[in-house]
Amino acid sequence: MTEELFVQGNEACAHGAIKAGCRFFAGYPITPSTEVAEDLAAFLPRYGGSFLQMEDEIAAIGAVIGASWSGLKAMTSTSGPGFSLMQENIGYAHITETPLVIVDVQRGGPSTGQPTMASQGDMMQLRWGSHGDYEPIAISPSSVQEFFDFTIKAFNLAEEYRVPVIIAADEVIGHMREKINIPDKVEIKKRVMPKEKPEQFDISNPYLPFKAGDNEIPPMAPFGEGYNIPVTGLTHDERGYPDSSDPIAHTKLVSRLCNKILNNREKIVSVHESFCDDADTIVISYGAPVRSVFTAVQNAREEGLKVGSIKIDTPWPFPENQILKAAETAKNLIVVEMNLGQIVHEVERVAGLADERPDVHLIPKIGGELHKPNEILSEIKKIS
Amino acid sequence: MKYLRKDRLPNIFCAGCGNGIALNTFFKGMESAEIDFDTLSLVSGIGCSSRIPGYVKCDSLHTTHGRAITFASGLKVGNPDLNVVVFTGDGDAASIGGNHLIHGARKNINITVICVNNNIYGMTGGQISPTSPEGSFGTTAPYGSRDKPFNLAELVAAAGASFVSRWTTAHPLQLSNSIKKALLNPGFSFVEVISQCPTYYGRKNKLRSPVDMINAFKENSVNIRKANKMSDEELAGKLIVGEFVNNPRKELTENVCDLSVEQCGRSLAIKSAYLDNFDD
Repeated sequence: MTEELFVQGNEACAHGAIKAGCRFFAGYPITPSTEVAEDLAAFLPRYGGSFLQMEDEIAAIGAVIGASWSGLKAMTSTSGPGFSLMQENIGYAHITETPLVIVDVQRGGPSTGQPTMASQGDMMQLRWGSHGDYEPIAISPSSVQEFFDFTIKAFNLAEEYRVPVIIAADEVIGHMREKINIPDKVEIKKRVMPKEKPEQFDISNPYLPFKAGDNEIPPMAPFGEGYNIPVTGLTHDERGYPDSSDPIAHTKLVSRLCNKILNNREKIVSVHESFCDDADTIVISYGAPVRSVFTAVQNAREEGLKVGSIKIDTPWPFPENQILKAAETAKNLIVVEMNLGQIVHEVERVAGLADERPDVHLIPKIGGELHKPNEILSEIKKIS
Repeated sequence: MKYLRKDRLPNIFCAGCGNGIALNTFFKGMESAEIDFDTLSLVSGIGCSSRIPGYVKCDSLHTTHGRAITFASGLKVGNPDLNVVVFTGDGDAASIGGNHLIHGARKNINITVICVNNNIYGMTGGQISPTSPEGSFGTTAPYGSRDKPFNLAELVAAAGASFVSRWTTAHPLQLSNSIKKALLNPGFSFVEVISQCPTYYGRKNKLRSPVDMINAFKENSVNIRKANKMSDEELAGKLIVGEFVNNPRKELTENVCDLSVEQCGRSLAIKSAYLDNFDD
C-alpha cells in the first residue's frame, strides 16, 4: 500500500528518515530546516527512536557520531551557519568512517544572511568545508518527492560507504508543499557487521577494525559488543592506533578514504538528461532551479531551438563523465544556480578536458527568489 | 595491566605526569563498582588526559577538541546499556568545551566525566587554561595570568550535575572511591582530579618536581566539610576537596526511554542499524 501525503519538503525528509531506519536525531533549530527536527521530535519516539535538542550544531553532529557508533542510523539537519559549525566534526566522521546523514537546507549568506530565503550558496562548503582531503557525497532534491526518496538514498549511501552523506536541499524545496507517495516497503541498506565474533581474535590474530577488503570499506561493529574498537580522529593504522607522524601511513589511510568514493563514482552519481542527443546548448542545474530549467528547455524546443537539460542529483562526487560527454557534443553549456557561481567552476574544469571545448555560461541568481523560466529562456536565446 | 593495550606501550605521558594516577584510580573505582568491561565506552577530546582512553582495551572514541561530552551523549542515548565515561582536561572541558559541560550537567545525562585538571595546556606546550590560578605563569602568560580562573566543581554543581567531587593525585584512595560512586550514580557525574604537570606547570611555577607538586596538594587541601566552617581568609590559597554534590535524580536517557515506552509500547530500538526491517 502506498500512502499519499501533501507535505512540505522538510516533512517529507522526516518521513524518509523514518522509512530508512533512522532512529536518532540530534539538532539545533535553524531556519529554514527546523521542520525536519520538529517532525522527527514527534515521529522518533513512536518508533523507539531518540530525539535530542542540543545546545548548538557542534554538539548536534557530535551526538550523531556517538549515536552512529552505538549502532543506530543517525541524522541531523541544519542550514548554512550551522553547517559551518559542524565542519570539524564532519572531517572527524570522514576519518573515522562513521555513517550518518546531514540535511543542509540552504539559505542566503554569507553570515546570518537571509534566514528565510532560498540559496545554493553552500555547494563548495559541502565539498571543501572541512580541512584536509576527503570525498563527500551530496545529493540535491528538486521536488518534495525527491526530498523523501533522496533521504532514503542518503542513508543507504552512508551505510554502503561508511561516510557522512549530505542532503543539499534549499529553502524552496524545504518549504514547498507537494503530494508525495510513501511506499509501504523501501529498499534499505543495513550496516555490515564483521564476520568474526570478538572471541575469535587474540594477540596473534588481532581484530583490525579499520582493515578494508577489496572494496576499501571495512565492516563496522557497534560499541558494547566486545570488539574493543579504538576510534580516533588522528591518522591511524588498521588497528585504529594513532600513527600520525608517518607520511606513508597518512597517505595510505587518506587515499583509501578518498578512493572508496572515487572508485565507485559511477555507482553513486545520478544525473537525468533530457533532449541532450541533438542539443547545441545544454542547461545544467540541480535542486530547485531544475524546475524552471525544465520549463525553459521545453519552451525553447517548442520554438525550434536545439536545447537540452542535465539535472544533477549528486553534485558530489561531481558527475565528471556525464558532463564531459555533454561537453564533447554541445557548443554551449549553461549552468543555472542560486549563487554567483559555484558548480559552474566544476563544469568549466570538466569542459576544459573536452576535445572541442564548449563555451560555459552561468545564469546566477541570489536574493532568495527562484529563476523564472522566461529569464532562463531569454538567456538561452542570447547565447545560442 | 590487564586493562591496557600492551602493544601500545610505552605511553606518551611525561615522567611524573598525574595521568597514571588518574588511570590507576579509575581502574580501582571501576573494579569496585563492578562495571562489566565489555559495556565500558571511554570518550575523550583533545589534550594529554584525552589520550588516556586510547591505552585502555575497551571501545573508545578519541574525538575533537572540547566535544567529548556531545559524542558521549549520542553514544549513551543510542545505547543506554553502555557505561560511558569521558576523560577530559581543564582546557578541553572548561574552555572550548565549557558549553557542553554545563549542558551535560543540566540535562543530567548518565555519563561520568573525569576531568584531569593540571591548570595548564600540556599538549600544546604550557599555555594558561581557564583554571590557571591568577598570577601563575604559562607560555601565554609570561607576566603571570591576569584572568580569573573557573572553579570547576562549583561550576558543574551549579549547572545541575547529580554527583560532583574533587580530589587530587595525592588522594588516590578517596579518588578511586569517588570514581566508584560516580560510576554507580545514575546521572551526570563529575570527578575533578587536581593533577600535576611538572613538565609545564611545575617548571614555570617553581614546583619543579612531581614530588614538590604532590606535597603542595597535600599541604593545601582542605576537606569541604571542614572548609564549610572556615572563613574566607582562612581558606585563601587552599584547595577544597571532597564530595560537593551527591543528589541522585532522574536522568536524561531514562526520560528518553520512558517517552519511547509511552509512545510505542517498547524501549529504545538499540543497534537497529543492523536490522533488515524497521517497519512497526
